[in-house]
Amino acid sequence: MAVDNDTVRRIAFLARLKVEPEKLEDTKSEFNKILEWVEELGEVNTDNVEPLVSVNNEALSLRADEVSEGHISQEILKNAPAQEFGYFVVPKVVE
Amino acid sequence: MSEYVIETEKGKWEIICGLEIHCQIISKSKIFSGASTEFGDDVNENVSFVDAGMPGMLPTLNQECVHQAIKTGLGLNAVINKYSEFSRKNYFYADLPQGYQITQFQYPIVGEGFIDIDLDGGITKRIRIERMHIEQDAGKSIHDIDPHKSFIDLNRAGVGLMEIVTKPDFRAPEEAGAFLRKLRSILRYLGTCDGNMDEGSMRCDVNVSVRPLGSDEYRTRCEMKNVNSVKFVMQAIEIEARRHIEVYENGGEICQETRQFDPVALTTKVMRKKEFAHDYRYFPEPDLPPLILGDELINKIKTELVELPDAKKSRFVKELGLTPYDAMVICENKEVADFFEKAATGRDAKKVANWLMGDFFAMLKKKNLEISHSPVSAENLGKLVDLITKDVISGKIAKDVFEIMAETSEDPEKIVEEKGLKQVTDTSAIEAIIDAVIASNPDNVASYKAGKVNLLGWFVGQVIKQSQGKANPALVNKLLKEKL
Repeated sequence: MAVDNDTVRRIAFLARLKVEPEKLEDTKSEFNKILEWVEELGEVNTDNVEPLVSVNNEALSLRADEVSEGHISQEILKNAPAQEFGYFVVPKVVE
Repeated sequence: MSEYVIETEKGKWEIICGLEIHCQIISKSKIFSGASTEFGDDVNENVSFVDAGMPGMLPTLNQECVHQAIKTGLGLNAVINKYSEFSRKNYFYADLPQGYQITQFQYPIVGEGFIDIDLDGGITKRIRIERMHIEQDAGKSIHDIDPHKSFIDLNRAGVGLMEIVTKPDFRAPEEAGAFLRKLRSILRYLGTCDGNMDEGSMRCDVNVSVRPLGSDEYRTRCEMKNVNSVKFVMQAIEIEARRHIEVYENGGEICQETRQFDPVALTTKVMRKKEFAHDYRYFPEPDLPPLILGDELINKIKTELVELPDAKKSRFVKELGLTPYDAMVICENKEVADFFEKAATGRDAKKVANWLMGDFFAMLKKKNLEISHSPVSAENLGKLVDLITKDVISGKIAKDVFEIMAETSEDPEKIVEEKGLKQVTDTSAIEAIIDAVIASNPDNVASYKAGKVNLLGWFVGQVIKQSQGKANPALVNKLLKEKL
C-alpha cells in the first residue's frame, strides 16, 4: 500500500498538523518507508494464529464504584492557555 | 395503527427511521476514573487527571458501569456478549481532552435484542435493537458567554454512557415516540439511567430516509444529532422525511450528512458532511485488555432483575382484572405501579385503578406533586375504596372525603367517623325524611300519582339532599316507590 500526496494532506488535516507544501514529498516518502517496513510482517505465515490483542496477557481489572478523585480544578487548569470563571477558554468552536 | 404514509401530488412515500440513544449510566463515579458524576457541581471540580487527558494517566474500568450495562441489556431482551473490547474513536474537539473517546466498536458488550412498543388501539410492535455499547461522555462546551470564545467544563467528561442502536424499524413518528417512552420506562425500572431528556441524561440521534411506498430499497439517510425531547424527535422525523421527498420529487439527490433539527423554525439544516469529520480511525484501546464476563455474574444479575413494565402490565391484566390500557398507564412509571399495587392488594383493583387515574392523578396534577410526595397514602386510598364497597359512604361523599384526605393526609375512616359522614342505611331514619318530603310537596305527589313517573328522580334528589348526602340512594329509591 503506497501513500500519495492527497492521503498525506488528509491525515495531516485529521491530526490538525500543518504540513507545508514543500514538505509534502518528504513526508510522503517517510510514510511509505514506514509502511514498507511494517509490510515485512506480511511475509510471516499467520494461519491458525490467534490475533494478539495485547502483549501483556493480563485480565482487565475492575474498580469499585467509589468517588476517590476530584476537586483539583486549580491543577487541572494549570496548563490551560486561557481560563475564566473556572472554565477552559478556547476560540469559538461552534460548527 | 394504520399505515403512516406521506402523500403528495406525485406519489406516496414511506418513512424509514432508526434511532441511536445515548443514556448516562447511573453510577457514583465515572466510567474510567474516580471522579464524581454529580450534576450541577462547580465547574471543573469533578475532574481527575484521567478525565483531563493528562499524559501517562491510565483508565480503570468501573465495575458498576459494567453491571448496569448487563442489567440494561437484559432489560432490552438482548444477548450479553461475554467477550467485548474497548476502542479509541479519534476526533478533535475542545471538550474531548484526550483527542479520542474510549468506546466499543467491533465487539460491544450487548448484542441484538428488542423492545415491544404500545401503539394506539392496543396494538404492539416489536422494535429490534441492533446493539448496545458502553463509552465515556465528553465535556460540555458553552458558546453563549462570549461572541468569540467557547467555555469548556469537563465535569461531564468521562461519565459512563450506554449507546443503544436500533434497527431501522420505525415507519412513523409515533412509533419513535412510543419507543422512547418505553425505553425510558424500562431504564427507570432498572435504575440504570434516569432518562431525563431535558437534562441531557438521555440524548437521541435520529436517522431518516424515505422510499416510495411498496418499494424495498434503502435510500441515503441523514442523521440529526442530539434531538432532546420525545416531541422534537417526532417532529424531526416528519420534517426531515418531507425534505427528502421534496428533493426526490424535484429530481434531486440526498447526500449523507449530519443535520441539526431546529425546533423553533421547524426545519433541519446541515451540520457537517460525512466524508471528513467521520473518519474516526478506530483502533483497539491499548490501555484496556478485553472485558471477559462469566456466566455466574450474568446469571446473578438476571436473578436480581426487577419485574419490568411489560411483565407487570400482563400480571395486572391477568391477576387484577385491569384493562390493558389502564395497566399500561399505571405501569409506565414504577413508583405509580408500586403505589397502585399497595393500594389495590386485597380489594377491588379496578375500583382502585379508577380512583388512581381519576381523582388521585388530578389531585397530584393540581398540587404539582410527584407521587412520592402525595398527601394521600396508598393505604388510605385503599381504605377509601373499602368504605365505598362496604356501603359505608356513597361515591359522592367519597369525593368529599378524598378532598379532605388531600389536605390533611388523614385516614378516611377517621374522617368519616369524625364528620359523621356514614351513609344512612337505617330504614326508619330514611322513611322519616321521605315522609317529610312527601308532606311538604303535595302538588308533585299528585302529579306523580297522575302518571308523571319521572318525578321519582326529583324525589330521590330531595331526600338525599335533606339527608346531606348520607342516605343510601338505592334504599331511598326502593322506599320512595313503596310510599308513593
